[in-house]
Amino acid sequence: MSEPKPKQDEPIKRMLAPVRLEFTVSAGRDKTAFLGAIIEGRILGGRCPSCRKVYVPPRGCPTCGVEMVGDIPISDHGVVTTFCTVSIPFEGQTMKLPYVYASIVLDGADVPIFHLVDGIDAKDARMGLRVRADWRPPAERKPTMESIRAFVPTGEPDAAFDTYKEHL
Amino acid sequence: MALTAPYVLEYTYRRSVGPVVGQFLTGLRDQKFLGMKTSSGRILVPPPENDPETGETLSEMVAVGDAGVVTTWSWVSAPRKNHPLQKPFAWALVKLDGADTAMLHVVDVGEGGMEKMSTGMRVRARWKAERIGHVTDVACFEPESPQAVTR
Ligand SMILES: [Zn+2]
Repeated sequence: MSEPKPKQDEPIKRMLAPVRLEFTVSAGRDKTAFLGAIIEGRILGGRCPSCRKVYVPPRGCPTCGVEMVGDIPISDHGVVTTFCTVSIPFEGQTMKLPYVYASIVLDGADVPIFHLVDGIDAKDARMGLRVRADWRPPAERKPTMESIRAFVPTGEPDAAFDTYKEHL
Repeated sequence: MALTAPYVLEYTYRRSVGPVVGQFLTGLRDQKFLGMKTSSGRILVPPPENDPETGETLSEMVAVGDAGVVTTWSWVSAPRKNHPLQKPFAWALVKLDGADTAMLHVVDVGEGGMEKMSTGMRVRARWKAERIGHVTDVACFEPESPQAVTR
């Protein structure tokens, strides 16, 4: 980042005041297992022993405040519950505009994950669209959600709103 | 072992400084400190836009010296990456000659350490050769040489 140098005879009107925070984040036990499975092309969830809801990725249940037990295999197919279309360029942008970023409830999960939806015109994105993970080849997978290139339409009929209205 | 990864959160703000701080920063670029004269005649450095006693809008900027007195200080023995100096230094409040308030800056004592610092010591600004209108145009303050003190 560099500021264009003001001319030596012009008054100063602006200054750079960046805020930069550098962290080392730990994925913790559950997300480490989750990301390990992602490399293998699998998605793991966790079921709350109290409210029975399945969270992806697994985590302590935010409602009940209890630890989740077991790693539950989750489908890599799901339904778009909500979405946004990104049409405005921004710093650090890597996708070609416009693109669709969606909240996707995977089959077997109670809460959505967030990912790109591709293989569809942005104007055709909609709630209820059935999608599946488009995995990168095994050699290219890393412990990150980018191991799924995007979610793409399955071609199935749209899901009825009542089937996912509790999972927005 | 849990996975770990670096994570950086950065906001690249470029802010408007307003007319008063703008003049102060312009002064730094031109290698001088400007203060603000209040209605009671005090000179405040750095300059505020309003009188802290009466709240009235202020506009009379006056130049003060680029040397002054350390009124209080705090020693940093292990500088961190974003600190202005990568050697032990002091954060100090420096009351510049002609000013009635002190401003926060950095004192580099040169050779030696904390024993070179004292409240009341005289220090002088070390200006950067290339200045952009930022408080870092003053690289630091340094203990004033004995000759300068007796000047
Ligand atoms: Zn629960």
